[in-house]
Formats: sequence, structure tokens, C-alpha cells
Amino acid sequence: MTDNSYNEIIELLCDRLSSLADSEVSITAETNLISELSIDSVKLLNLIMEIEDAFDISIPINALADVQTVHELASLISKIKSAS
Amino acid sequence: MNLLEKLDAAAAARKAMLPEGVGAFGIPIEEVYTATEARIGNRRVLLLGTNNYLGLTFSPECIQAAHKALDEEGTGTTGSRMANGSYHGHRALEREFADFYGCGSGIVFTTGYQANLGTISGLVGRGDTVLIDGDSHASIFDGCILSGAEIIRFKHNDMADMEKRLRRLGDRTETTLIIVEGIYSMLGDQAPLADIVELKNKYRCTLLLDEAHSLGVLGETGQGLVEKTGLQKEVDFITGTFSKSLCSIGGFCVSNHPQLDQLRYVSHPYIFTASPSPATIASTRAALQLLREGSHLRKQLWENCTQLYNRLAEIGYQLGPEPGPVIAAILDSPKQALQIWQRLLEKNIYVNLILPPAAPDGKSLVRCSVNAAHTTEQMTYVGDSFAKLYHEVLQS
Ligand SMILES: Cc1ncc(COP(=O)(O)O)c(C=O)c1O
Repeated sequence: MTDNSYNEIIELLCDRLSSLADSEVSITAETNLISELSIDSVKLLNLIMEIEDAFDISIPINALADVQTVHELASLISKIKSAS
Repeated sequence: MNLLEKLDAAAAARKAMLPEGVGAFGIPIEEVYTATEARIGNRRVLLLGTNNYLGLTFSPECIQAAHKALDEEGTGTTGSRMANGSYHGHRALEREFADFYGCGSGIVFTTGYQANLGTISGLVGRGDTVLIDGDSHASIFDGCILSGAEIIRFKHNDMADMEKRLRRLGDRTETTLIIVEGIYSMLGDQAPLADIVELKNKYRCTLLLDEAHSLGVLGETGQGLVEKTGLQKEVDFITGTFSKSLCSIGGFCVSNHPQLDQLRYVSHPYIFTASPSPATIASTRAALQLLREGSHLRKQLWENCTQLYNRLAEIGYQLGPEPGPVIAAILDSPKQALQIWQRLLEKNIYVNLILPPAAPDGKSLVRCSVNAAHTTEQMTYVGDSFAKLYHEVLQS
């Protein structure tokens, strides 16, 4: 993946998250990762690693502390990707 | 939720995991008899959940030295070394640590936790990066948070993942501090130090090694993983604690970089806390001497570790990848771990119970810490007890 626009990132995140979360939940940019999806922290960390590999980036743990929603995660990835 | 309600919610989550009346955390120890036995409630139990690796808690040399310091210098220093001054013992212990590791400088901290906090936050800051192992101890993690540096984790002991992350850092590797541990406290496995050093040199980073659990345990004279691997010259900073094999309380950092001394002027966990008490320093100095000369203790420790590790593996327990003074049985559910922990206590064996999220990968651990003072009979009794519980708890 070279040119990951924000939208592509959102699409990929929603896709991966829906495979992890309860099937009924529909995931959008505004979905809260912690309160709305019942994904445990181990699965979430594994997902982050998968995303890091997909975009060839490392997401600093301190930056993750500010992330609540799918949108915020996508913005963070896009920001790190464009800085690298 | 207000502040107190948040604490109530956390307490409720903890209680949901532990049935009423089970005090697995912070268990009251009423009396301590020896390095391997104590009284819990009205039971005389075998201690298999301490970090007393060389079994020196009651060593006459350490006790005498502490008594003497107490008589001559009083109970406490009542302040920070920066403001109130450094006692002879603080300075002597720093020289002794530097000498032990063949390093130019050493600093003593009030705890091992603060040694990591103070060293890390003194070395890196905003704009720098720390690359830490996924299973890092909380003192390392908290030191990184305090520093303000960007924290990147690599998969535990996974060199391919570590290199991938170094490559992604690009030219930022020169301001990157890699932090690893000699022996990891959860599963008792060792860091692949030779590979880490190779990557550190290839990417021109700085390397800090925490020898908390490996001090006194690995290497001919007990320096830790650096000595076992012969890589003393390659590791930039070594931290460690007095609270395990040295049987007191405190921590240290040694280095060949003369800049280490500057930490005394910038590192809050060094400056804004009282220095270790004279008795603590005196018993630590005596213990360090015993540790250096203690190859017979290390031999006994490793015989005990190997005996118990092999026995538990033979029974069928899933264990960490290699034997060591920390031997953890990895269980699928908190319920199984709790049952085994409780039943061991009924058999007068005290071990540590570690439940998620404290244990890696959402697992639960029943963790044993072996020491040099344990006897072969005690290890056999522990093995037999684990064998019975394997059938009673895991196969029922
Ligand atoms: C790896 C590691 N580093 C540092 C520490 C902190 O040591 P102390 O008990 O001296 O604060 C510990 C102890 O729990 C540890 O396991």
C-alpha cells in the first residue's frame, strides 16, 4: 500500500473491526472502539499490529491513548503514514 | 461516574474475578521463619512466591552489617542526596556496583522502580523514541511515559518484529533507546541479547538492559545476562534492583558513558525522593559481596530451577520457553489458575497468582519463584503437589 487516503484507511479498519466485533454492530467512522465494540484489549492490540504491518508504520502507544473512535484511529494512521 | 465511583467499578471488576474471601493479592504474611518458610494464617507455608533468588534474606553478614549501620548512622537519611548530602555508604555502593560491572560510573536509586524511571526519563525526552519489549515491566513503561518520548513496542523477544520497527524509524534510530530485560518476570525467559546488540549496532541506537531478575542469577559472578553472553561492552546502560537477589530495597544504574553522572541533576526520581537508609545500604553492600562470591548459590539455584521446571513440564503444564528462577504455569482461564493457587495454599505452598490484564496475552499464570535455599525435598513436594492438581483441576 503506498497512497492510503483517509477513506481507504477507514474502509480497511471497518472491515477488520467487523470481523472481530459482535456481528450485529455496524461499524462507521464514529463508532467508539472501546465502549461500542466488545473487543478485548488483547484482540485490539493484535489488530493494531496487523494494521501497523498493513501500512508499514509503528503506532506509538502514547498516541493511542487519545484514540476513541474509528475516525480518530484512521486520522492517526494517516498522519503517521504521511510523516514517514 | 465521579472519581470514587470509578474506583468502585474497578473494585467490582476485581471481585468478579476473585470469589469473596480469597485474598490472593497482598496476602497477609504473619511471621517469616526462614528464606523459604513463613506463616500465613495459621499455616506454616513453603515460600515459592518471593524473589529471594539467592536465599540471602537471613544471611548473618547482611543482618550484622545492617545492625551496625543502624547503630552508627541512625534509621534514615531524612532526605534527598541532592539537598541533604550523600552518605559514605551511598558513594561506596555506587563504586562497588561500577567495579562489579567493570563500568566507569554507577548511581544508586531508592528503589528499582525509580532506577528505571530515573534512568529512562533522564536519557530520553520529547522527540526521542523508546523501543520496548511487549512484556516490559511496569517500571519501564512508566519511565517511558514520564519521559515524554514516543513509545513503540515490539513483540516479546521477536527480533524480526524489532528490526521491522527499527527500519520504520528511519533516521530517528539515533535518538532511540532500546529497553530489554535480562530475565522477564512473567515467564522467566531471557532476552536474545546477542541479536539485540547486533540490531542496536546496525541501527546505531542506545541500549538499556534491566537485570532485575537476572542479577545474581546469570553469569559466573552473577552480573546477569551481560556476563552470561559476554556482552558487557555492548550494553550502554544496565539497571537493576536490590529487592530480589540482594534482599533489600533500592536500585542502580551503571554505565561506561560518563554522561550517566548528569542524571543526578536532571532525573526527578533520583532528586525528589529520600536516599536509601544506612541499614539498607549496608545490607546491600554485604549482599553484593556474597552475590559476587556466590557461584555455589547459583549452582544450587539452577539445580532447583531445572528440577522443578522439568517436573512441571513432564506433568504436562504449559510453561515459559526455558527454565529459570521464575517458572510460570500458563493456564487458559483465571478460574483454573485461581483453583490451582488456592489448592496449593491448602497444601501449604505459597506461589503467585497472576490474572489478566497483568499476564501477557490474556493468559493466567501460577508463578513459582525458586531460590537457592530451597531443598531438593521441598522441590519434590512442590512437584508432587502440582502433579495431583493437574489431575484434579485440569483433567476433571
Ligand atoms: C523487571 C523489573 N524491573 C524493575 C523492578 C522494580 O524493582 P523494585 O522492586 O526495586 O522497585 C522489578 C520488580 O518488580 C522488575 O521485575
